[in-house]
Amino acid sequence: MANVLVVAELSEDGKLKKSTLTAITFARQALPAVGGALHILVLGADTAAACTELAGYGAAKIIAVDDPSLGKYTAEHFAPSVVAAAKDATLVVATASSFGKDLLPRVAARLDAGFAGDCSGVAVEAGKLVYKRPMFAGNASGYCTLETPVQVATARQSEFAPAEPSGGSSPVEKLAKAPVGAAAARVEFVGLEAVKSARPELTEAKVVVSGGRGLKEKFNEVMEPLADALGAAVGASRAAVDAGYAPGDYQVGQTGKIVAPQLYIAVGISGAIQHIAGMKSSKVIVAINKDPEAPIFQISDYGLVADMFQAVPALTAELKKRSG
Amino acid sequence: MKVLVALKRVADPDNANKVKIAAGGAAVDTTGLEWKPNPFDEYALEAALRLTENGKAPKQRLGEVVVVTLAPKEAEQTLRAALATGADRAIRIDATDDQLDGRLVAKALQAVVTAEKPDLILMGKQAVDGDSNQVGQRLAELLDFPMATFAATIKEEDGALLVGREVDGGVLTLRVKLPAVVTVDLRIVAPHSVFSKVTEAGFKYNDGVRFAPLPAIMAAKKKPLEVKPLAELVPGAALSTKYVKFERPAQRAAGVKVKDVAELVEKLTNVAKVI
Repeated sequence: MANVLVVAELSEDGKLKKSTLTAITFARQALPAVGGALHILVLGADTAAACTELAGYGAAKIIAVDDPSLGKYTAEHFAPSVVAAAKDATLVVATASSFGKDLLPRVAARLDAGFAGDCSGVAVEAGKLVYKRPMFAGNASGYCTLETPVQVATARQSEFAPAEPSGGSSPVEKLAKAPVGAAAARVEFVGLEAVKSARPELTEAKVVVSGGRGLKEKFNEVMEPLADALGAAVGASRAAVDAGYAPGDYQVGQTGKIVAPQLYIAVGISGAIQHIAGMKSSKVIVAINKDPEAPIFQISDYGLVADMFQAVPALTAELKKRSG
Repeated sequence: MKVLVALKRVADPDNANKVKIAAGGAAVDTTGLEWKPNPFDEYALEAALRLTENGKAPKQRLGEVVVVTLAPKEAEQTLRAALATGADRAIRIDATDDQLDGRLVAKALQAVVTAEKPDLILMGKQAVDGDSNQVGQRLAELLDFPMATFAATIKEEDGALLVGREVDGGVLTLRVKLPAVVTVDLRIVAPHSVFSKVTEAGFKYNDGVRFAPLPAIMAAKKKPLEVKPLAELVPGAALSTKYVKFERPAQRAAGVKVKDVAELVEKLTNVAKVI
C-alpha cells in the first residue's frame, strides 16, 4: 500500500510543535501522486494530547508510539520506530526543523531510501513526485526525483502554509517501540539549554529584526529594543554569528534558520546571497544600511540609507511612541 | 584518538552568485568557478586537529587525522591543503559529482570506516552546493553508531564526547560514546569550542581555522595519499536522486527608498500595513 507518513514533532514537554503542520501540507500536496492515505506518526513519552490535537487533519490513522525512552528526542531511539511505522508508506515526511533534519536522513538510510532535504515545493509530473530544493546557497532551485521504492523528504517551513484542520477524527493506533540498534545505548541526552527569551521563535515570529556584523559589541544594545518595540524575534547574518556578536541559533540564511515573517527588518546587513536565501519569502522586507549600493536594497520593499546606530534607536522610539 | 574527516570540494561559495544555470536548465554550470573545500568540512578538520592535540603544544600530535574525499583527481589539491594544516594521511575515492548522491557517499564512507576503524568521523553538517544535510546521519545509521549533528562544541571525555548541538531554540547537549559520527556547525571554530582530553579548560584557540605555514605545505606533498575506485567500495552503485532541472530562484523586485525613519513608519503603517 502506498501511503504518506508524516512524522510529528513534539516539544520537550510533550506538546505538539506547530512546525508539524508544514509537513502535513507537504504530504497533502504529494498524496495525489502517491495515491494512498495520510498517516501521522507521533513518538513520545506520552503522546495522548498531541494525538488528540492531530485528529482533525484528515489522516486515515494516527500511529502513536509511547515509550519513556522517547520523551527526549534522540535519532538512535526514534529512527527504528519511524521505519516500523513506515512499512505501508512510500513517502516519509517531516518538517526541516533541527528535529527533521537530524532524524529523517537517518531514517532514509535505514530504509535504503533516497532523500530530498529542505524542499521548497513538491509537484507531480507523469505520476512521479518531483521535489524542488534550494541549492548552491540559494542561487539555484533544483528539481529532483527519487528512484527508490520508499522516498524520504523534509519540507522547508517557510515555503508551506501550516495545514488547516479538515475535520473528522482520525483513529489512533498504538504501536510498540521498535527494537533499537547498538547505537541507542551509546547516546545519552544530557540537557537542553533553551534560549531564555520572552520572544517568539525565529521561524514562527510575525516580525523578525536581524542585525549584521557592523553592529559589533552593540548588537544587543541596538537590536533588542527594536525587537521589544515590535514583539519581534531577533536574527543575525552569518557574518555577525561568525564574529561572535550574536549566538549561533540567531543565524538566518541557507545554512541557518529559514524565516518568512510578515515583516523582516535587516539592519546593517549587506545581503549576501546565502542570507537572502533564508529570508526572501518574507512578506515585507525593510533594509537599513548606510551603503546605498548594498545588494540588500535590491530585494527590499523599503530601503533606508542611514547610519544604523542613529536610525534604529530613532525607529524604536517612533514605534514606542505609537504603541505607547 | 583516530579521526576520519570527510571533505568535499565545492564551487567557491563566496562566488556563488556567479553560479549559472546551463541553457535549458539541465545542469548547474560551474565553469570558471574556483573550487574550495566546503567551509563546514574545513571546520570539521579544524575540530579534528584540536581533538588530537594539546591546545598549548599543537605540534605534539596525540592521534591521527585521516581526510577522505570522493572526487576527481583535481581535488587532490584540497586533500594536500588539509595535509598541510596537520592531517596525517589522505584517501581519495575516485568519482565525479554526477556519479554521486548522499546515499552513495554514505555507503562509500561506510566502507572506508570499516577498513580504517576510526574512533570518530567528523564532517560538515552540509555541503554548500547540494545543501542536502544528510551524509553524516546516513553514515551513522549504516554503521549503527551514535551521532551528534550540528555540533557547536565538542569536549572529549574518556571514550566519549560531550557535544553541544545547535538546535531550534537553544543548545542541546548529547554524550556519545566512541566510535561516533559528529557533523559540525559554524561555531565549532570559536576559541572555546573544542577540547581534547589534555587541553586545559581555560585554553583559548585562535578564532577560525588554522593556516598552513610554507614548510608544512612542502611537507604535505610527501604525506601518503591513497586512491580507491568508487566501484571497489560500492559495487553496482546507482543513483537514487536524479536532478531533472535547475532554475534561478524567483527574484524579488527592488522597492522604494524612504528618506527617513518617519517615512518608513508611515509606509509600514499605511501602505504595507504590517505594524
